[in-house]
Amino acid sequence: MAKLKTAIVLGATCAGCDVAILDLNEKIFEVDDLCEFVFWPTAMDFKIDDLLALEDGEVDIGIYHGAIRTSEDLEMAEILRKKAKVVVAFGACANFGGIPSLDNLPYDQSLFDLVYEQVPSMDNPQGTVPLEIIELKSGDELTLPKMLKDAGALNSVIDVDYYVPGCPPMVPLIEKVVDVLKKFSETGTLPPKGTVIAGEGTLCEECGREKPEQISYHAFFSPQETKKIDPDKCLIPQGIICMGPATRSGCGALCTKMNVGCRGCMGPTVKVKDHGLKMISALTSLLEVDTEEGMTEEQLEKIVQRIPDPLGTFYRFTYGSSLISKLHSDKEDK
Amino acid sequence: MPKIYEVEPVTRLEGHGGLILKVSDDGKKVLDAQFNVTTTRFFEKFVEGRFMEHVPRITPRICGICPIPHHIAPTKAVEDAWNVKIPPAAFKVRELLLQAKQYSSHLLHFYALAAPDFIYGPFADPAKRNVVSILKDLPAEGKMALEMMEYGQALCAAIGGKSVHPIVSIPGGLKNPFSEEHRDFFLKDWERQVEYTKKTVEIALKVVTDYWDVVANVGVVPTWYLGVAKEDGTHDIHDGMLSICNPEGKIKRYKPQKYLEVIGEHVTSHNYGTHTFIKEVGYPEGVYQTGPLGMINVAERMNTPLADAALKEMRDKIGTNPIHNVFAFHWARIIETVAAIENIGNLLKDPDIVSTDIKTMDVEPIAGRGVGMVEAPRGTLIYDLTSDEKGICRKANLLVATNHNLGGIDKLVTHVAKQIIEQDALKSIKLPDPWVK
Ligand code: SF4
Ligand code: SF4
Ligand code: SF4
Repeated sequence: MAKLKTAIVLGATCAGCDVAILDLNEKIFEVDDLCEFVFWPTAMDFKIDDLLALEDGEVDIGIYHGAIRTSEDLEMAEILRKKAKVVVAFGACANFGGIPSLDNLPYDQSLFDLVYEQVPSMDNPQGTVPLEIIELKSGDELTLPKMLKDAGALNSVIDVDYYVPGCPPMVPLIEKVVDVLKKFSETGTLPPKGTVIAGEGTLCEECGREKPEQISYHAFFSPQETKKIDPDKCLIPQGIICMGPATRSGCGALCTKMNVGCRGCMGPTVKVKDHGLKMISALTSLLEVDTEEGMTEEQLEKIVQRIPDPLGTFYRFTYGSSLISKLHSDKEDK
Repeated sequence: MPKIYEVEPVTRLEGHGGLILKVSDDGKKVLDAQFNVTTTRFFEKFVEGRFMEHVPRITPRICGICPIPHHIAPTKAVEDAWNVKIPPAAFKVRELLLQAKQYSSHLLHFYALAAPDFIYGPFADPAKRNVVSILKDLPAEGKMALEMMEYGQALCAAIGGKSVHPIVSIPGGLKNPFSEEHRDFFLKDWERQVEYTKKTVEIALKVVTDYWDVVANVGVVPTWYLGVAKEDGTHDIHDGMLSICNPEGKIKRYKPQKYLEVIGEHVTSHNYGTHTFIKEVGYPEGVYQTGPLGMINVAERMNTPLADAALKEMRDKIGTNPIHNVFAFHWARIIETVAAIENIGNLLKDPDIVSTDIKTMDVEPIAGRGVGMVEAPRGTLIYDLTSDEKGICRKANLLVATNHNLGGIDKLVTHVAKQIIEQDALKSIKLPDPWVK
């Protein structure tokens, strides 16, 4: 059996996704039996030219982690799409924009002004900023990738075949991917396009905390304000915001096991387009607001006002692919 | 016309970088060499508006290889801003978490990122020159390396909740205690890990001996150094003083809150990463290096016996203090690995480590500014966070390992390029036969 030619390409990443793969430990030998790596900058020395030298479609499995932040991220995504038969979006950043896409918020101050001028340690009297192209006296040019306006998910720029969410994807999910690859290599069959390699239900089903039929809560607490958390009871009635009701299962409920509210790195459940809205509406219905007519804007506003940081709370990992970020971005364009 | 060579991407490092080398038209003179960070993610901006206590849950995504220091440093900054004192047991569990990460990250760096060069030789086929090949060609060492990294990562997960991107640290202490079962589990395997670490030291010493010509002669570039150490000079990754060492070895120590007196940030137009420098000498004279070699150069001693003996051996063998040999970075990393496993043992044996008194309730958001500093495996992290009275983060300034090291890397790369191209150093340098051909 020929090995699957595999390329791992990096966008705007923290490399935690690479560490997650290395955390497979002994299982990495199984990966090595199955895959021949042709590109993986974090672990191997192949250069971009090595990837470009391959025929289109010659790579069997292309894995992309990180968000699309720069023109280079975009270019690499396009190269990967061309070279690979199958493209997998790996990790929350590639799936939904992830934490880096929090910088898509409509800020009144430019990101460059802050990081290259205004931070207190800065010593930049000339106001130098990184430039895409600088011409040297010799006539040569040095280039830097362009910062795109927003950070986005992989499927905002190329067609994606499979999704592995999580920040980073947890080892059991990566083991599932290995099983998929094994089956592919043995039988040539793959799951239906668009499959999310994770759980199907909500995190609540996986979490195992006891959840009353009708949850009610009076106020939300910060993690440092809570003294004793009942480890068997759902966090929400105990005053801790938990994204469980809107979040896809599959992580093993890592955060709620530690008495910490989920922030949704697995992304929304099947068919949900906007993770944050789904969660806000779940909370609203828990609040016993009359939802028969659907949620009015005022009602939504009310909920949001109770939480001083709705974006960081409900869109921690999915802002880049949310409806609300599209609204923000349209507004800015106008 | 000068020629420009570009290497893209620079591999076996986490993050994005490109290397640019400018050489004179006759190909004989190196005009300049730069290491450029080709992306950035604006963390300083988007932690604004977040709850202060959630900053430690966001910033670990700056680096997936060392997320734990990026979890603890901002927690300390919040506590500094809000005047919070944490229980002693919480301090110890955080230290255990940091040491566990130090252990797994240094080993990952040594075995997975660096070892391919000396095991296969720097000129081997790229298809061969990587960690997977090592695991197959040297199964005994490979298995040992995997078991060591797994120990560190599993300990990180047991304390932090996840092995990558922890969630346990909050202002006032920790969300969850470290359980007795976990303590017993990791204590049971600890002695074997010490044996493994000793074997790793042997491997590292063999590399140093084999490559002595390279260690002693390539990339010996005096710079400043920056790291963390206790006031008396003892190595400390968790709660020390910001320490700098000039190229002649004169050391000064400052409270982390004074970092703006010590460090400035410089921007160049070819780089998304900013270059930090020592303010008292300015840029570029004041570029410095941080990480294991910086830590060793600003320390008088290690805080554990085996590591301290290893440090003395290194200083004796190289013969200078500070040590300017860039290839001694690996050696320094191994000394810190020894310190990590010894500290892990001491902490696991401390009865406080399973204490449930790990969280103070005396935590009230107030308007204020705080600085938190810890040492990450690749360099010092400084978090400067400003809170409003509701506990929302209003301003942030983060200095991380990449900023610190950029100036030093440029200086080093230029130096090494000159050695290789102008002095044809590779010809006269003795390289050993690769371990595996
Ligand atoms: S998904 Fe998480 S672990 Fe993966 S690159 Fe993004 S931030 Fe890092
Ligand atoms: S809301 Fe959170 S704590 Fe409650 S059941 Fe769902 S996942 Fe568990
Ligand atoms: S509990 Fe939520 S935030 Fe935590 S790992 Fe699971 S999906 Fe991610």
